[in-house]
Amino acid sequence: MNRESPGPVPSIEGPSAADAELELRVGRRQHPGWWFATAAVLVMAAVIVNVLVTNPNVGWDHVADYFFSTDILKGLLRTIELTVLAMVIGIAIGVVVAVMRLSPIPVLSGVSWIYIWFFRGTPLLVQIIFWYNLAALFPVLSIGIPFGGPTIVSGDSNVLITPFVAAVLGLGLNEGAYMSEIVRGGIQSVDHGQTEAATALGMTRGRTMRRIVLPQAMRVIIPPTGNQVISMLKSSSLVSVTSLPELLYSAQLIYNANFLTIPLLIVASIWYLIVTSVLSWGQYYVERHYARGSARSLPLTPPQKLRRRLVQGRARWEARTRQGGRA
Amino acid sequence: MTAALLSIRGLYKCFGPLQVLNGVDLDVARGEVTCIIGPSGSGKSTLLRTVNQLEEVDQGRIYLDGELIGYRARANRLTPISERELARQRTNIGMVFQSFNLFPHMTVLENILEAPVGVLCRPREEVTREAEALLEKVGLAEKRDAYPRHLSGGQQQRVAIARALAMRPKLMLFDEPTSALDPELVGDVLDVMKDLAKGGLTMVVVTHEIGFAREAADTVVFMDCGVVMESAPPDQLIGAPVHERTRAFLSKVL
Repeated sequence: MNRESPGPVPSIEGPSAADAELELRVGRRQHPGWWFATAAVLVMAAVIVNVLVTNPNVGWDHVADYFFSTDILKGLLRTIELTVLAMVIGIAIGVVVAVMRLSPIPVLSGVSWIYIWFFRGTPLLVQIIFWYNLAALFPVLSIGIPFGGPTIVSGDSNVLITPFVAAVLGLGLNEGAYMSEIVRGGIQSVDHGQTEAATALGMTRGRTMRRIVLPQAMRVIIPPTGNQVISMLKSSSLVSVTSLPELLYSAQLIYNANFLTIPLLIVASIWYLIVTSVLSWGQYYVERHYARGSARSLPLTPPQKLRRRLVQGRARWEARTRQGGRA
Repeated sequence: MTAALLSIRGLYKCFGPLQVLNGVDLDVARGEVTCIIGPSGSGKSTLLRTVNQLEEVDQGRIYLDGELIGYRARANRLTPISERELARQRTNIGMVFQSFNLFPHMTVLENILEAPVGVLCRPREEVTREAEALLEKVGLAEKRDAYPRHLSGGQQQRVAIARALAMRPKLMLFDEPTSALDPELVGDVLDVMKDLAKGGLTMVVVTHEIGFAREAADTVVFMDCGVVMESAPPDQLIGAPVHERTRAFLSKVL
């Protein structure tokens, strides 16, 4: 079909077809309430921004001064270090405890139940203070044959359990309890038919777990694990009570000396926000990797949604101007 | 020689108070197709699943090619063999499930390669060529790089058949392979199975497709209440059943 013979039936190609399609375009439903809600929210946002920018007590110049200060950056690094180490310990413990929990041997599943019960049932802050004061409970730590056997290595608890070790232990052991539930949920989410098919093909239990069950469980395990990492980054600020100079305590040390409390808390908050943003971004790509073969359930990320909206908006705008130009 | 490839002797199995298998004896000759029919709950699927020990039995013996499956006879006792040894025995027995059970995180080709390469340690290139030939055979050569979720149920089941065949099994078990399929997709799967039957593969098929049994089976077995009620060539069993219960069942499904 071409321009000389415009027919009523729109074909797939040709400018006349596009025009015909435009005339048939479905109008968008109008929602006057949306405009009202948008306006109200924008006004409120403007008020908040205005207060933050113009209030001299916020001290934006101080925020800028301290944002890249050596102490703050060192604290940030320590926070990241704590998060990574505690998560590594947490995930390792989580996998072991989850597999134990699913074991048919009652003692193993019982022990893992007690582990989860204890570490989920007491506050993280209490656990951290507890590890920090371990020396009061066990002044000397030793490795050897139990029940009166010879000691192989031993050391003073005060020397071995530094604030950093106490913090990593406290955060990691607590995390292990949560991770084990996440891993267990992931393993149990994999259809039993998968295990049967692998077994019927002559795979051993270990190989089935490694090649068939865990890769599929990852899809369920990864999203909550990402949340746990972000949560851990923030929970690590709790160890500031043990005078460990991570990000929050580093900020506290500075404002205890110069009383610029609000600016330094803002500095710390912005750094936390930056790192959590980077983590969320990374989480998306890891999730996408493990969604292979079931991408249907994958949600769009905010940037993708924004891009799609922009593209759709532009298409609509172009369509409207073309229509307007013709009329 | 006429010795049976698969011999089942005196099989008993219960789930709690329910006696599912109540003394089953069955022989399947090499190169023959045996179809097992019967009402639901008659124990036919359970019987199939005991052959590769997806279900353990309470009593009885299963021999494949003269080898006792799952156990070792020592003095008067049967002791379970190791997991690794059992896994090796299972490589000789292919199984196709009602719900396909393809690995969703792998492509069609990866699904087929996984066990021959990973378990039998055969060279990847050689198995790839074989896998492509198998996909050709089941009519899905162009789907080798697709993920299972992009395939219809019938296509998935044909891939599952190719995956099982890639292990070069001595025996193939089909557990209601067409029961989860849309009616218009059943034919493709049955055609592939008929080809395999003509090709001389030894098959045991639990099915509700009486037409398939009539056409492709050498022997049809009617099971009810955990026992083999009647076993005969299809013309005889479907055309002129001896047993009252076989007749009652067939009158309902035909």
